[in-house]
Amino acid sequence: MPVWQSLYEATKDHGFTVLAIALDQPEAARPWIEVASPGYPCLIDRDHLTAELYNLVNVPQAVWIDEAGRMVRPPETAGSTDGFRAMDRKNFTMPQAALEERQRVKTAYLDAVRDWAVHGASSPYALDAKAVMARLIVPDAAIAEAHAHFRLGQALLRDGQTAEAAAEFAEATRLHPDSWAMWRQTADKDARGLAVGEAFWRRVDALGDRPYYAPVALGQPDPTNASPLIPPSDEVME
Amino acid sequence: MTRVIHKSHDTRLARATADGDALWLDRDELERATGWLWKPQGLCRDETCMPIPRNTDRPLVDGDRLDAAGMWRYAGLPVAHNRSGDLWVLGEGASQRAVALTSLEAPNFELPDLDGRLHRLSDYCGRKVFLVSWASW
Repeated sequence: MPVWQSLYEATKDHGFTVLAIALDQPEAARPWIEVASPGYPCLIDRDHLTAELYNLVNVPQAVWIDEAGRMVRPPETAGSTDGFRAMDRKNFTMPQAALEERQRVKTAYLDAVRDWAVHGASSPYALDAKAVMARLIVPDAAIAEAHAHFRLGQALLRDGQTAEAAAEFAEATRLHPDSWAMWRQTADKDARGLAVGEAFWRRVDALGDRPYYAPVALGQPDPTNASPLIPPSDEVME
Repeated sequence: MTRVIHKSHDTRLARATADGDALWLDRDELERATGWLWKPQGLCRDETCMPIPRNTDRPLVDGDRLDAAGMWRYAGLPVAHNRSGDLWVLGEGASQRAVALTSLEAPNFELPDLDGRLHRLSDYCGRKVFLVSWASW
């Protein structure tokens, strides 16, 4: 969040705002927001309504929305990389190359957001409708059903029906296995509140060649080899 | 008391009854919970009407009540309910979501901040919005 704060400070006078959505329980999100005390709005989406609307599957994912309310970049990974997968899982260190790549991708992404914040439609990173459409990933019936079970689980959880809620969450993640947001929010957490235990790494390993954070092509695609991206994603260890 | 969750609404209904996978609502409760109007031509919302089928294995209409869950499933929309049948989610279908997304108009929503103040995406119309997800987990 400090990253978005400096972006916001630098660009808010250009008719730009960050709108942060916590796919989280309010009590879990609260300390983070209070420490960051950001100048931009931080909304709490415990039921993952925005994930359902925008077909989000992880954090951080971002959507760029222009002054007229149109998407100029569809939901995509917001500056994160799969570098964490090269982590030494005992001492939590990452190879230098992965660290550098992570920094490079994050910086490039932030530069792109800043460029759009300042230049709007004339930014090369604001995609035209055709390019947005080509990258857009729409939900299927299983994903829609997963969200119904997720919402039921959240309502049960608030009613104290923990075991029944867990069964609904299990059904939601069975129906929508690509959603790290559903899985991690409802998985067992460590003392720091992170769902990064053995079960997490088993799930990451099961991805094989598939990304945890789908990589993002920042510019307009080369029309000759435009290919739709797979859903993206978070900053696991930060 | 039966609760029905639909979109951002969580409605308590006094007359609704559940029977296994069926959720029986009268016209008024159906509209209050889902916004769908029960008209002679079917269930209607905005410009859309879904005809109510008459030849299903289990009838979807019983006098002045409709099996909303059966109707939802018939229309291919997601339904989930708890074991005791007093808490239901009548979801939105994937195709409705896809139509909304492919319009490229950013779907509007309303969510609270930590102080409970509600914000809509449309409140920020006229500005460039960097909508970004995050989480503590």
